[in-house]
Amino acid sequence: MTDTEHSPALATPLRRPFNLSRRGFLGGALGALVLGVTLPGGPLRAQGAAAAVTPGTRVRAFLDIRPDGTVLFRSPFIEGGQGIFTAMAQIVGEELDSDPARFQVEGAPPGPDYGLIGGMRFTGGSMSVRMSYETMRKLGASARAMLLQAAAARLTVPVATLTTEPGRVVHAASGRTLTYGDLASAAAALPVPRDPPLKAPADFRWIGKPVPRIDVRDKATGRARYTIDLTVDGMLHAAVQHAPRLGMEPGLMANEAEVRRMPGVHSVHTLPGAVAVVASSWWRARRAVESLSVSWMEAKPGTARTMPADFSSDGHRARLMAASGDGVAYESDGDVAAGLRGAARVVEATYDAPHLAHGQLEPPSALARWNANGTLELWCPNQAPEMFQTAAASVAGIAPDKVILHSPMLGGFFGRHFLYETANPFPQAIRLSKAVGRPIKVIWSREEEFLRDALRPMGVARFRAGLDAHGLPVALNAVAVGEGATGRWYGRQPNAVDSSAVEGIAGKPYAIPNRRVGQIHIDDPAIIGFWRSVGHSMNDFFYETFFDEMADAGGQDPYELRRRLLANSPRHRILLEAVADLAGGWRRGPYTHADGSRRARGVAMASPFGSEVATMAELSLRDRTVQVHHLWVAVDPGSVVNPAIVAAQIRSAAALGLSATLVEGVVYSAGAPQARNFDAYPVLPPDRMARVHVRIVESGAKMGGIGEPGLPGVPPAVVNALASLTGQRVRSLPLSRAGFV
Amino acid sequence: MDLTINGVTQRVEVEPDTPLLWVLRDTLGMTGTKYGCGAAQCGACTVLVDGQAIRSCVTPVENVANAAIHTIEAVEADPVGRKVVAAWVEQQVPQCGYCQSGQVLTATALLKQTPNPTDGDIAAAMVNLCRCGTYEAIATAVRKAAGA
Repeated sequence: MTDTEHSPALATPLRRPFNLSRRGFLGGALGALVLGVTLPGGPLRAQGAAAAVTPGTRVRAFLDIRPDGTVLFRSPFIEGGQGIFTAMAQIVGEELDSDPARFQVEGAPPGPDYGLIGGMRFTGGSMSVRMSYETMRKLGASARAMLLQAAAARLTVPVATLTTEPGRVVHAASGRTLTYGDLASAAAALPVPRDPPLKAPADFRWIGKPVPRIDVRDKATGRARYTIDLTVDGMLHAAVQHAPRLGMEPGLMANEAEVRRMPGVHSVHTLPGAVAVVASSWWRARRAVESLSVSWMEAKPGTARTMPADFSSDGHRARLMAASGDGVAYESDGDVAAGLRGAARVVEATYDAPHLAHGQLEPPSALARWNANGTLELWCPNQAPEMFQTAAASVAGIAPDKVILHSPMLGGFFGRHFLYETANPFPQAIRLSKAVGRPIKVIWSREEEFLRDALRPMGVARFRAGLDAHGLPVALNAVAVGEGATGRWYGRQPNAVDSSAVEGIAGKPYAIPNRRVGQIHIDDPAIIGFWRSVGHSMNDFFYETFFDEMADAGGQDPYELRRRLLANSPRHRILLEAVADLAGGWRRGPYTHADGSRRARGVAMASPFGSEVATMAELSLRDRTVQVHHLWVAVDPGSVVNPAIVAAQIRSAAALGLSATLVEGVVYSAGAPQARNFDAYPVLPPDRMARVHVRIVESGAKMGGIGEPGLPGVPPAVVNALASLTGQRVRSLPLSRAGFV
Repeated sequence: MDLTINGVTQRVEVEPDTPLLWVLRDTLGMTGTKYGCGAAQCGACTVLVDGQAIRSCVTPVENVANAAIHTIEAVEADPVGRKVVAAWVEQQVPQCGYCQSGQVLTATALLKQTPNPTDGDIAAAMVNLCRCGTYEAIATAVRKAAGA
């Protein structure tokens, strides 16, 4: 990959991953999140009962070494394209001394062993590697120590005389070797050592290297299996038609008898907020369910989360824009009011960003089977197995330990597969399977997915900055208006700010002496959820684009102003200079490129998920079509496990950020989303992709996240470049709404 | 009706207007071909019909009853397909992987018809959506496969 630079230059040893007290994905809401899942009947009754288990320590819960030496690893984290299965194989394989290529990895079942995110378990927040790195190293080292112990007994030699090579134990003095496969069952019977020694990073064979992903061949040959691909004996297929507006319930189905007679139809059902047809194939089920003519009844007054009949994106945006005041303070420094009063000049602007759909290419599905012993077996895409297990048990009316949950590989997720009540198909599969007495696989058509996805919230931000006589910012007042996803699902404290609503406006590194970031909470009538990089996905756009407005108003170059305000923050300043270096130097433009096009550049910084990122964009306009030629991204995640996967994730996140900048936005009108497929909800096509150049800087700081941090810098870098080129400030995304293509 | 898929002719009992995609997936259990949009928007369902890349989600099965259908399950039985898969692995193209069956078959069709494609040929042929944004790696892999 010639476009990736990896400079593990600063040879600082890898440090401990974050503990949960730091700001970030969960931020101030962590307490609420923990509380939210330990409510009565919550998963973590099961974990409470097994309180003796320290997550990540019981080797047998994670590892099976087979006679042929291949390793089955049960991953606490679910693979959905981010490369976590490979990262786990590298980390565990490093200390186990087993080639990651010999690993087979699958999503672990629910259980107390896998709660590695502060005792909880989910795949999200760009947390998987940084939260589990040391624990997984120790796990691999423990397993290796057990294999050594077993070999010592087998060979009747002191364990200290033994070493390992990948996949085997070596007794150098006698030249004898034993394979891990030979030793596995004896080793498994031994106690797990408590504090096995770990390798010195200088001795790493796989960690820090661009080890090939373990799943690419299956994914290039159609062999990878996602939930939507699974079948079990006796299974029938189901398709659904949801209520046009959430909260409505099905009434009379005028042509039900007719539909029952359609080819392959087994039965017709009503479900909460939906109707369903069970049939011998999904196509037959879909055709039948879409033929049903259903009288939908309005929601009963007081029903939670109903979609108002008059809800529109324009109306909601206007409501957010009209919110007045400075909101509840989240972050403040100095005296912003005094700073603004004393300013030589005041700059103001208001920004907004739309609801976004996840658009993962695998439509949601779920497969449920009731077993003869009273257990319920459930296969469904999910990022949080224990939470899904508990929710499934509640729908099924059985104890959580009676739910056998399988968590298959995800055909993309980007935050789509958290527990979102009305946005997950598994309750339908459970109910239908119970009703017909056979296993059922429910698939949502793409159209149903667009109707019931949990959207990235809509957001607005108002800024007011004071500049001194030299044009330097001395005060900045920022107000974020809207609702955050974390507060929606894990409990919002009254009069406390949900960090997911302000992250990316708060937490900025620039030395502006008087600052205040506040939030005004306004309920989002849509079902909202986590979308790759969460609040950062819009808030860094708001802040970093306004930063350029401050720079312009003060007659400052936006790159140089950033450098100046980062003078006392070396990690950020180095990264900013690194991205300029990667781009062949900063030049704002407009300038004429060798191909004759007029081009300009924009720059942005972001501090998402424990990592630091600097982004530059170069673009031109052809008529009104924005052509983003290059994105340069310098990322400092502290240290990395797999630089190739890091670069791939930065590219992927940059693509999603570019998509959101150029073309994406969910539009509601009269309570209904106007787009129900990719024809009306465009996502970035190949010919709009930019060349993405990545430089990884390993500063040695605490390990940060990787899956999301590449995204937040892209929208502001692109929109700043567009302003440099055209003089036009776009304050509302996507650009297609501002008259660009 | 009889369908010839990956060189094997088999009889299926389905409504003639059933999309080929669902015959493959539900009737024949060949799930390597993916459902993404059902509206010929994304290309995840791409298969080869008489060597042409087509969107099986909108192709009535009756239209392909006398055609040679090739799916991802047999891609490596074809020398061009084998090169494409090798390039996909070498370039580490897939992320979530869900669109990649369609991408690999689209590339295979391109290289069977145009063994030495220009960048313009590649851009014109490789139009399937990838939500993980693997577009650069896809284009690089196609060029590598062409040169292999």
